[in-house]
Amino acid sequence: MRGPVLIANRGEIACRIAATCRRMGLPSIAVFSEADAEALHVAAADRAEPIGPAHPSQSYLSVPALLEAARRSGARMVHPGYGFLSENAEFAEACADAGLTFIGPPPAAIRAMGSKAAAKAVARRAGVAAVPGYDGEDQSDTRLLAAAQEIGFPMLIKAVAGGGGRGMRSVASAEEFPASLAAARREAMSFGDSRVLVEKLIPRARHIEVQILADTGGKVLHLGERDCTLQRRHQKLVEESPAPGLDAALRAELGRRAIALAEAVGYVGAGTVEFVAEAGDAPTAERIWFIEMNTRLQVEHPVTEMVTGLDLVEWQIRVAGGEALPWAQDAVRLEGHAVEARLCAEDPARNFLPSPGRLQALALPEARPGLRIDTGVREGDTLTPFYDPMIAKVIAHAPTRAEALTKLAAALDRCSASGVRLNAGFLAAALRSPEMAAGQVDTHFLDRARAGLLAATAA
Amino acid sequence: MAEVKIAAEITASVWQIQARPGDQLAEGDTVMLLESMKMEIPVTAPQAGRIAAVLVAEGDQVEEGQAVALLEA
Repeated sequence: MRGPVLIANRGEIACRIAATCRRMGLPSIAVFSEADAEALHVAAADRAEPIGPAHPSQSYLSVPALLEAARRSGARMVHPGYGFLSENAEFAEACADAGLTFIGPPPAAIRAMGSKAAAKAVARRAGVAAVPGYDGEDQSDTRLLAAAQEIGFPMLIKAVAGGGGRGMRSVASAEEFPASLAAARREAMSFGDSRVLVEKLIPRARHIEVQILADTGGKVLHLGERDCTLQRRHQKLVEESPAPGLDAALRAELGRRAIALAEAVGYVGAGTVEFVAEAGDAPTAERIWFIEMNTRLQVEHPVTEMVTGLDLVEWQIRVAGGEALPWAQDAVRLEGHAVEARLCAEDPARNFLPSPGRLQALALPEARPGLRIDTGVREGDTLTPFYDPMIAKVIAHAPTRAEALTKLAAALDRCSASGVRLNAGFLAAALRSPEMAAGQVDTHFLDRARAGLLAATAA
Repeated sequence: MAEVKIAAEITASVWQIQARPGDQLAEGDTVMLLESMKMEIPVTAPQAGRIAAVLVAEGDQVEEGQAVALLEA
């Protein structure tokens, strides 16, 4: 059942969801905190409801405030976007209890994939290889140390409830293990759950993920993969589709694994299954392992949209309203190559320190065929410390990977701002690096190459 | 004994205070964690010394350059 959509988010993703609602003829309702009364996403929707103070815990993360905004505005559906409450099963349940259609998977699927340990248990049931390690309930120091020794060093300790690149630490040796475990548990407590898991560290890794789309009739399709290897602080900065060096057979195999996982939890809607692959030569099926599933729309979904020609938000809304997916798997085709860069208010020269402040000036290139700009800010806006530093996603699409990289770098050259620091030059230098051209990068490439890339920016 | 001001390098909110007055810190030890734009930013001791005072509380908003603690070095 379709109806007015409350967009329980802010920034570029709220603007992007409102655009699809408008195209589909669905009224959209924005919500805004006190810091966001003048924000672009408020203007992008048909109407807007205040939901409280600037701090997210009192507004964008407040279930009562959001439900009250839905009630006041007459919303029938709720789109959570990404971040905030998008992977919160209680929020999905509260929407259903209030008679609202949550645009996302059933609460049970969110829970089944909600913790890293639970997700690995699902993978075992579904017969999908996960990163080797220990994710059991025995959290004693001796059990965890024994598991770490069995895996071998260096290895990783992860907070079971962690996410967004937080709550992870690598341990070089058994001697370091006790102190690292204590620190990891302290960090894990910030997620409200002190449990940790230990797993094998892939020293030179690529991040490859598969987009899936499922309807309420049990049909699950995959929409190809994205390579999100260029990261800083375990957070993605550049994403592309298809993944370099991945052939059709391996794509089909990763698609098969992603679909098996989605089916195992009764998934509905858009979701992403994340894998870690060994970097180096072309990836092989034996050297790719499942890490986790994100039960929501991803920041980087536009690259999939550009190669498939599909609007993922439109299909999220359609399947939430009970529509069946009308295609067979072999009708999904990937055309050309798409690359996205996340333009952020941050300073690569100061270890990517965020740069809040007033955007006294902002220049972004014009969107045109093959160049998409998703933004949630405009000149004169203030970027507050309360929210993330992303200013825009710049996405280029071209027949080949080399052309797409060139086009995106050129678009980034035309991005500038004053009042805050911008990572545009750094991103352009990374896209032009020989390592990126050759597809020979791993998740630590940006940290390693930072000084050289900054020098290239200054030149 | 010199008193050294430890300043926030960014506009942020105070997330977790890890050092208490009287604590002896080595250079680089974490005094507190700030949060800004969804990132944790550690405030560290610029040199070895004893924490004389913590000038902010968890949840406070701080401006770039604001003193957040005093160190006796």
